[in-house]
Amino acid sequence: MIVTPVFPDPTLTDAFYERLYTLPDGERIRTCLQCGSCSGVCPYGYVMEYPPGRMIAALRADVFHRVMQSESVWMCISCYACADVCPSKIPLTLGLMTRAKEDLLLAGKVPAELQIALENSQRYGNVLGQSPRKRADWTRLLGADLDVPVMGRNKPAADVLWFVGDYGSYHPRVQKVSEALARVLKALDVDFGILGPDEVSDGDSQRLAGERGLFEMLAERNGRTFQKYRFNRIITTDPHAYNAFKNEYPALGFSYPVMHHTQFLAERLAQLQPMIKRPLKAKVTFHDPCYLGRANGEYEAPRQLLAAILDTELLEMAHSRATSICCGGGGGGMWMDGFHWERAHTRTSEWRVREAAGAGAEILAVACPYEPPRFEDAVKSAREVAGLLVRDIAELLIDAMEPV
Amino acid sequence: MNIVVPIKFVPDLVEELTIDDSGAALDTAWMRMILNEFDDHAIEQAILLKEAGAGSVTVVAPDTEGVDDALFAAAAKGADRLIKLTGNFENDVRSHALARVFANAVKTLRPELILTGVQAHNDLDGAIGARLAELLGMPYIGYISGVSLAQNKAKVRKEYPGGLIAEMEMTLPGVIGVQAASQPQRYVPISKVRQAMKTARIEEMPAAELESAGGPAVSRMFRPEVGARAEMIEGDAGDVAARLVELFREQGIL
Repeated sequence: MIVTPVFPDPTLTDAFYERLYTLPDGERIRTCLQCGSCSGVCPYGYVMEYPPGRMIAALRADVFHRVMQSESVWMCISCYACADVCPSKIPLTLGLMTRAKEDLLLAGKVPAELQIALENSQRYGNVLGQSPRKRADWTRLLGADLDVPVMGRNKPAADVLWFVGDYGSYHPRVQKVSEALARVLKALDVDFGILGPDEVSDGDSQRLAGERGLFEMLAERNGRTFQKYRFNRIITTDPHAYNAFKNEYPALGFSYPVMHHTQFLAERLAQLQPMIKRPLKAKVTFHDPCYLGRANGEYEAPRQLLAAILDTELLEMAHSRATSICCGGGGGGMWMDGFHWERAHTRTSEWRVREAAGAGAEILAVACPYEPPRFEDAVKSAREVAGLLVRDIAELLIDAMEPV
Repeated sequence: MNIVVPIKFVPDLVEELTIDDSGAALDTAWMRMILNEFDDHAIEQAILLKEAGAGSVTVVAPDTEGVDDALFAAAAKGADRLIKLTGNFENDVRSHALARVFANAVKTLRPELILTGVQAHNDLDGAIGARLAELLGMPYIGYISGVSLAQNKAKVRKEYPGGLIAEMEMTLPGVIGVQAASQPQRYVPISKVRQAMKTARIEEMPAAELESAGGPAVSRMFRPEVGARAEMIEGDAGDVAARLVELFREQGIL
């Protein structure tokens, strides 16, 4: 077994090393083979001065301060590709990357774009800096036939608590996904409620961007809100929220059964199937979200739904399932577009839409609120893919269900 | 050096503003207050000076909604003393009245340098720093973006229209109206704010009586009037371009 230096890098705090090695499987960092798989699979590895494998080498050579002086770790989009490929099962994303970001953040070294998103989360409870009071206003855009109950107003108990999230609540493009899911839930006669102004950001991407304290504050607020109401499970269209509720909130004392909307709907396929009146004839491919797929192992539910919606075979991209390429929005990447662009001069989302078009797809199906805006923007800048449509599975489903 | 930073709060424009029944003030029912951005820069500038070796920083704030959070955030950045002025600041306080309250409080702190935001979006008269200097018998320079200290002098950078920047020197004690700190404001991680809440102490100081005399009084507030001068050009790219060229010709631009 290879052992890290006896005298750790003096420029780093003891807390850094303690937090790094006391993680579940943190000790595994000492078993790195330096095989380089992580650096090779990292979507931004080629622009990092210290891609993941070199970071570990620097840690062991007692020169990790060089990594911290570089901008390498801020190129990390927490996509889990490195952690997934590692033969030694080193918790690279959760451990090394997140801990390094935490230390930089505590030292006040935060990219300016990221700072704005974090300050918005602190003050308004959402990264977009919108009025917390208007969190349920998207429901006003819906037709009078579609009532979305807000638990704090008139519905203290429901079978399903739908956590809408920042983008589903405020982002004009993603609000359309929320509307689609609301219609599907109504069609299925699901007893559900949303939190509206009681809800704040799930905090998962802020956590992976290094702001652990902010994550805990947001989680405590959501957790206390959850305790006010009666429900049997949480559903969400956001894989990051799903990941947080499933893997992070329990340690803070808030433990609830949670399902991604594709899982919840796939469970109800028998009920859904007869409602699909207009199967989709288009050529469709599916982008596996990092925090549904790699981080949580769910690859089938979205594909089961797509098989039911499509009249054609689902097309698979060159990178699919565990090798899916991140849209670039994870780990704070959603709020660091300029920072990443300045250094990489490309976006992983552009790479991804080219792959989708290369697979022959007319529609790129997605299942994460970061993706409709990111991929639609990528389609605008990658001209050769002009015409590629980006749709959440909930949107495709409602299109196939509703009469023309 | 003893640096004092008086700060104030303004309506947060994330929430919509409504005019109350009197027609001369904002409806406070749904209003949320936020630290005046220029005062935030003044705090940052004070902390930068402290880090460069200049003494201690005291932040003074009227007791309004959100004041504790703002003071603890200042402590997390490095402020040494936090003072909350107690009194009735519920209704919109005019800048001249607030300047008098600040002057009375700040006098007792014997400051050598006072940094405060040069203006605030809820009055835009930029009076607080200047009035404060007058009341304390100190010199004042406003619209400053960058301060450095040497012995009993402050060297400041003042912005003028047209991209001109002047460097000036002021003998202390004095008051500086800060437009921007010499570096952007730092991020304060939540864990540091929480730590400050445990370790820092907010001192309370009764504010002097608020006298409303002086300064402009608002007689009426109204929303911007909507004009109907915009023309939306419909059609395909060719039609739109042709119409634009026509319009530019009419206006004599082409």
